[in-house]
Amino acid sequence: MSIDTSKVADSNRGTAATTAKPAKVGAVANWADERLGLGTAMKKNLRKVFPDHWSFMLGEIALWSFVVLLLTGVFLTLWFVPSMGEIEYHGSYDPLRGVGMSEAMASTLHLSFDVRGGLLMRQMHHWAAMIFIASMMVHMMRVYFTGAFRKPRELNWVIGCLLLFLGTVEGFTGYSLPDDLLSGTGVRAADGFMKASPVVGSYMSFFLFGGEFPGESIIPRLYTIHVLLIPGLILALIAAHMLLLVYHKHTQWPGPGRTEENVVGYPMLPVYMAKAGGFFFIVFGVIAVMGGLLTLNPVWKFGPYDPTKVTAGSQPDWYMGWPDGLLRIIPGWESVIFGYTISWNILLPVLVMPIVMLIVLILLPFIEAWITGDKREHHLLQRPRNAPTRTAVMVALMTFYGLSWIAGGNDIIAIKLHLSINQITYFLRGAVFIGPIIAFIITRRWCISLQRHDREKLLHGYETGIIMRSPEGAYSERHLPISDTAAYTLTARERETVYSPESDTDANGVAAPGTRLNRLRSRLSTLMYADNVQKPTAAEIEEAHHHAEHDAPALPAGKSGHGTNGEDFKGIHH
Amino acid sequence: MSDHPTGDHLPATVEEPIANPGLPAHTWRPTDVDPKAERRAERQVASLFGASAVFTVLFAVSYFTFEVGENWDTFMGLGASNVFLGLTLGLALLCIGAGIIQWARKLMADEELVEYRHPARSSDEDREGTLQALSAGLEESGIGRRPLIRNSLLGAVGLLGVPAIVLLRDLGPLPQDTANAATGGGLRHTLWGVRPNVRVVRDVVGTPIRPSDLIIGDLVNAVPDGLFDLHGRELQVAKSKGPVIVVKMEPREIKSGGNWAVEGILAFSKICTHVGCPISLYERTTHHVLCPCHQSTFDLADSAKVVFGPAHRPLPQLPLGVDEEGFLVATSDFTEPVGPSFWERER
Repeated sequence: MSIDTSKVADSNRGTAATTAKPAKVGAVANWADERLGLGTAMKKNLRKVFPDHWSFMLGEIALWSFVVLLLTGVFLTLWFVPSMGEIEYHGSYDPLRGVGMSEAMASTLHLSFDVRGGLLMRQMHHWAAMIFIASMMVHMMRVYFTGAFRKPRELNWVIGCLLLFLGTVEGFTGYSLPDDLLSGTGVRAADGFMKASPVVGSYMSFFLFGGEFPGESIIPRLYTIHVLLIPGLILALIAAHMLLLVYHKHTQWPGPGRTEENVVGYPMLPVYMAKAGGFFFIVFGVIAVMGGLLTLNPVWKFGPYDPTKVTAGSQPDWYMGWPDGLLRIIPGWESVIFGYTISWNILLPVLVMPIVMLIVLILLPFIEAWITGDKREHHLLQRPRNAPTRTAVMVALMTFYGLSWIAGGNDIIAIKLHLSINQITYFLRGAVFIGPIIAFIITRRWCISLQRHDREKLLHGYETGIIMRSPEGAYSERHLPISDTAAYTLTARERETVYSPESDTDANGVAAPGTRLNRLRSRLSTLMYADNVQKPTAAEIEEAHHHAEHDAPALPAGKSGHGTNGEDFKGIHH
Repeated sequence: MSDHPTGDHLPATVEEPIANPGLPAHTWRPTDVDPKAERRAERQVASLFGASAVFTVLFAVSYFTFEVGENWDTFMGLGASNVFLGLTLGLALLCIGAGIIQWARKLMADEELVEYRHPARSSDEDREGTLQALSAGLEESGIGRRPLIRNSLLGAVGLLGVPAIVLLRDLGPLPQDTANAATGGGLRHTLWGVRPNVRVVRDVVGTPIRPSDLIIGDLVNAVPDGLFDLHGRELQVAKSKGPVIVVKMEPREIKSGGNWAVEGILAFSKICTHVGCPISLYERTTHHVLCPCHQSTFDLADSAKVVFGPAHRPLPQLPLGVDEEGFLVATSDFTEPVGPSFWERER
């Protein structure tokens, strides 16, 4: 691609700027390079190419909201007192004046009412946390739906899953710190979860709380975990995530000139530096406006934690909602085996399911790679419709998540919609199993029909909406071929072959080892690929176009279905 | 990767139905060719940066102008200080962001570049070299030839996990070490058992209750007498185990649990047997009490058995009596641990 750059403004020169005589900047660069050798690393990366698409921005939201979390979090630590020492509140908030509470709660009130900008920073911190986890989840779905997790990016997928898990734990430890009634209720439930752990449960609880619940140790301990331990891990994993992103180079959507071997887009310096840097300010700004206008976690309305009190409608932050929902809809199963109590009603929803979900997420790329047996690198993204089974798997998981999450608000739904909480709960007990299956089937078939639609477009063109009447009086809709660019983009995907275990037998028909596993793999491969609509072959397209020429109404002479734009209509209508 | 054309202009392989047309030609933006548009974009970017500076100044002004403290809901139910600090800071940041992005979109080169990818794997040569270096290093260390050194080192380092775990022992006392019937300590004792006939007193105010104070349908939140003498940690621990709900119902409506009742008055632990939330939502006609956290529902007329929801066990019942002065008392502690289940609960 050579391009005429003569018209480009001087500032947009293609070559790097060189100074005639060493300026101050040059001197600094020289000083740094002689000590750090940055020249070599920078040469490659300053103009590194990143492809452009709105969906590549979702992970960026997560990254920038984490930076906002670090900045606002440091501010909060300057006033927050992570102590459960009991004091009487004497701050500005009148309704709680004279009430006994922990120093953590009192300092949170102090931050909210007596420190200028303190409430803003608190609310920005909390909003940023919500956005951090939400954007990680949406980013993860984008990566999964488009197949960006495939080789060589499986490890980055694993890192991403761990980040999502750590982010959730970080969120829980964070919103527990103010020691208000709502968060204290959450910690109380967490104590119940710990005690339900087999064998070591009550020991874990006594060790973490420094004795009996609630003790005096939990807030300072959660504080250390929240401000030091988990942020450190998150920071390290983010660094690894970004390094791998740069090393692998970003995936891109297929299209004219975009292949598995190249990456087409704008250079890091200046375009992405500006776009990403500017986007940081946008994310920061949106969070600041939210912190200013949208009240979040008004602990002063909840009051200090008191183990004898609770408010109706107590719910965790949204990202903890789905295990809480499962905890609400599980039947009261508990068994005593050899005199030991096993609380299935707690164990399954909050201790087993989140870990199972994390493991399932981590394994997804490896399961798919095993079924397909694909060992190649993939850098071109796939449209969700072109991987119907994969898309359906994620939609099924999302449906399970969504239904569990709805269960976490069953009391609110019952009140707002005037429904019976018992019926909602009974319904959801079934729905969490049946819903994902229905979602899987619908999504898979939906994707396949979209594939069929794409094939129609390739073979017979798009529907113009123009109805033609032939001399015989028959009506038909005019179809026109799509543009070459659009047609190429639609066909820029691979043909799939169903794995069959027969290919593993040797010349004498003796099955290779691991046949049972191979049969499973074959069945899964059939599920994954057999119903998919493959792109047409060159012969099929040729045939279809030939057919179209014959079918085209023999109106104005010489006009065939081959026109690539609407030009030929003018001939018809004028 | 044979399915894919390897370059921009290479013809498609045979089975590709449509050849890769290659990158579309670059089109110029108005700002590339029209100096007026270029200057306009320049002015837009600079004005956004200027607006940001204005908002930053307004932020500083808001900081010193608007009061915090008692005037925390002066503006839209939110504090004026909070609203204006948030808006000015947010707009200052958004203007910078919008300005930079506008700069990038309108004025920076928008020519797409092509970079070639390389497989993630190292070259065979590099792999070979690494393996050689590795084996040379291992060879020189002699770790393969001296299993005694290797194994004793592994054992010693592995054992270092022990201090890491042992050091955590003092995080808290063992559950059984805190068990103390005289102080109500541990998982199996509460303040109700520290002496015989502990009075049932109202929550918050601490006044004792006569059976005649209650009418049918009443629910009173109560705690053991002596709770309010405690402070800090002891108070919180006692509050997490001691609270009860005292209800009065027609004696003939009591299906079970009536032998621990006084004149139709029953007392049950307020701590849910599921994960420990205090239970409080009472429906007097059905005698059902609902936990607001996970909606476990207990029938107080039937020994607080679970009628709905995730809890498994009924709420522990407190045996009630009346002392010589005519006040409600607990004749003993709960006969089972209150609150959520734990592994050794039945031992």
